[in-house]
Amino acid sequence: MSKFLKIFAPAASGTAGVLALAYVMADQFVVDVPAPIREAIAVAPAVAQEVAPAAAEPAAAEAPVVLAEAAAPAQEGGYGLGRAALPEEVAAWNTDIRPDGQGLPVGSGDVYTGEEVFVERCSMCHGEFGEAVGRWPVLAGGHGSLSDKDPVKTIGSYWPYLSTVYDYVQRAMPFGDAQSLTADETYAITAYLLYVNDQVGDDFVLSNETFADVKLPNEANFYMDDRAEVEMPVFVRPDICMENCKDTVEITMHASNLDVTPGDTTDNEPAAEPAAAEAPAAEPAAEPAAEPAAEAVAAEEAALDPALVEAGAGVFRKCASCHKVGEGARNATGPQLNGIIGRAIGSVEGFNYSGPFKSLHDAGEVWTTARLTSFLANPRSDIFGTRMSFAGLRDAGDIDAVIAYLQSVSQ
Amino acid sequence: MDTKFKGTKPSRRTFLTGALAAGGAAVGATYARAQGAPDPLITEVQPWRSQLGWGVNERPYGVPSVHEAHVVRRDVSWLTAEPISSINFTPLHELDGIITPNGLCFERHHGGAVDLDPANHRLMINGLVDKELVFTMQDLMRFPRENHVYFLECAANSGMEWAGSQLNGVQYTHGMIHNVMYTGIPLRLLLAEAGVQANGKWLLAEGADASGMTRSIPMEKALDDCLVAFKMNGEALRPEQGYPLRLVVPGWEGNMWIKWLRRIEVGDEPWHHREETSKYTDLLANGQARRFTWEMDAKSVITNPSPQAPLTHGKGWTVLTGVAWSGRGTIPRVDVTIDGGKNWHQARMSGPSLTKSMHRFYFEFDWDGSPLMLQSRAHDSTGYVQPTKNELRAIRGENSIYHNNGIQTWYVNEHGEAENVEIS
Repeated sequence: MSKFLKIFAPAASGTAGVLALAYVMADQFVVDVPAPIREAIAVAPAVAQEVAPAAAEPAAAEAPVVLAEAAAPAQEGGYGLGRAALPEEVAAWNTDIRPDGQGLPVGSGDVYTGEEVFVERCSMCHGEFGEAVGRWPVLAGGHGSLSDKDPVKTIGSYWPYLSTVYDYVQRAMPFGDAQSLTADETYAITAYLLYVNDQVGDDFVLSNETFADVKLPNEANFYMDDRAEVEMPVFVRPDICMENCKDTVEITMHASNLDVTPGDTTDNEPAAEPAAAEAPAAEPAAEPAAEPAAEAVAAEEAALDPALVEAGAGVFRKCASCHKVGEGARNATGPQLNGIIGRAIGSVEGFNYSGPFKSLHDAGEVWTTARLTSFLANPRSDIFGTRMSFAGLRDAGDIDAVIAYLQSVSQ
Repeated sequence: MDTKFKGTKPSRRTFLTGALAAGGAAVGATYARAQGAPDPLITEVQPWRSQLGWGVNERPYGVPSVHEAHVVRRDVSWLTAEPISSINFTPLHELDGIITPNGLCFERHHGGAVDLDPANHRLMINGLVDKELVFTMQDLMRFPRENHVYFLECAANSGMEWAGSQLNGVQYTHGMIHNVMYTGIPLRLLLAEAGVQANGKWLLAEGADASGMTRSIPMEKALDDCLVAFKMNGEALRPEQGYPLRLVVPGWEGNMWIKWLRRIEVGDEPWHHREETSKYTDLLANGQARRFTWEMDAKSVITNPSPQAPLTHGKGWTVLTGVAWSGRGTIPRVDVTIDGGKNWHQARMSGPSLTKSMHRFYFEFDWDGSPLMLQSRAHDSTGYVQPTKNELRAIRGENSIYHNNGIQTWYVNEHGEAENVEIS
């Protein structure tokens, strides 16, 4: 405490009437400043501008005034607020890991186990070897690419410390199911990530005891922000040119050439196939053939409880990072879900299904409400070997709701 | 939702759509009025002049006019794998003054936005302190508070422009910023309550959301001006801004302003977590990387005219305006050019000049209808002058992603349509 008293002494005395912080405020922000204060403060005129022909005088010069704020006071001995944190509480939240290994739990994991866990829990986004799916982060490779035009920043090529991998995996992964991995699983995944980055052999075992032996190759290439030394001397320029600073000016690059701005019809496919995106290929002419089915669906939709559908929309947020649904929905990390009820299992064109889904498809199985309910309750045991990392919905009401939502938005 | 930017150049259609979105009533009036005839909007009794409006109990929480429906945050869908760990952008071209309305403050989440019940929220202080503590929101409300206006800028603001001009709109090139008044507890008071030990040199701040966001913060900064805030612009933080509690780290990159703040740990060394190693480090051309680039360099941008806000009135007097800010202090001066930097003019600063806050500038001029190349450059209170993009590239290369504070250029053609360009 003594250290703090020294630090805070000036701030505390500041409340005795000294104006600790002075702000220049424009008059429109000041409702009522007592006259003595108003007189006591410096009034600086607005910077005069060059554009001021008498006929079109811009806004009148403002009369800024200074407001002051005293620092919030410290209290000797503190305010006595809050309560002591219990050891169990600190242990539950204080799981962060540092480069020196501080915070690591007791445990271990090997590369082979790591591969199994990674393929099951991580590969749907990061690829089986850390090569990544879509725009999800690439975790492996990229060695020697950091000074290339398109550097690939991975654990092996860029990250300075292994502790960051362990900390991040136990903190935030898998995406949408954080805090679900055990310490041993986290060690195993970390070992596997070292392996796919060519840092260890396939017999490697990572534990809290071996952790400090592993150094990542790029550690030495990070250094403390040096803008104050390198850039400030260059960019503090009191005599910068204001008139006749250059003879000619040419445009060297147009953003419109790239055409990636939202609102462009092509914004999802930079610089490609503008014609294809223009006219929807599917003509509405084919409707009559599907009429009976459409009617049945329409009848079912009509029977959906709006409150349940709305609740389901909320539940679906857990699914939405991997699954798209609705008009124009495409496959993402998971297959699109349009018309899921009544759809053959494993039947979405262009989606690379896992083995068990292919088998169910070949067996002619169909997603019914009951089948989907059972799957969503516990995906990994219901269809053993699924690549879907989602742990399942514990609440039966949530399952009903999300199925109702899927039916409501399906095309 | 439907302000369109079509084709390879802003088209005549863009121009009209923009104008309609900007002020439907005025444009309608122009069409309705025959040349030289009296304006029926003036000469005829309009329905809103005779029929009654709505009562005071109809909108207990006010919302913007239906005519402002196009003023919204927007995202760039190809930037991220999906929209949960993603970002959207503040519509700077629709705003004036220096305060960003709460509903338009850009969002950046790493695990989605959550709406936490304040009754179930706890703040823990642990680590190298005399007393490890837990606070409820009720406890926190009993500490002294301060009010400060600060900008929050994502380190990646303008990050898509390192290799050249790419996005046609100030919302997308510069919209990862907002500027609001925070009400909060000085962090030094909370640390004093726990009693920081002599070797406590760093903090780890941690969020309660699914990303469990963490950043290391040096103790000097924590004791200087950090706040633990619960209000923005007078009302409770919005859920997407960390309700009920967020860290405020004035002048420093937005990622450090931990939302849904649940824990502050005191340690003797930094943690080097993911968002300060793999991300938010600045890769230079030689393959080495700067770490802990916390301060936001001085920066400015012209918000109007800009690609989303063309000049629709033809030649004559017009108002050029924009915003400027610095993580190192105030902005005493902004220069603007309309001829691509041959000649510069000092803009007129307007409104409050607060440290580590946005500043508003104006430059009124009589447009002769010829094409313009618009730029602004900020001077901050340390004497730093905003550099050109090429001056930054000469030092950092093109792979930094973060901290791009280079001068922005808008090309305005003879029709008043604006485009994001780079110039010699």
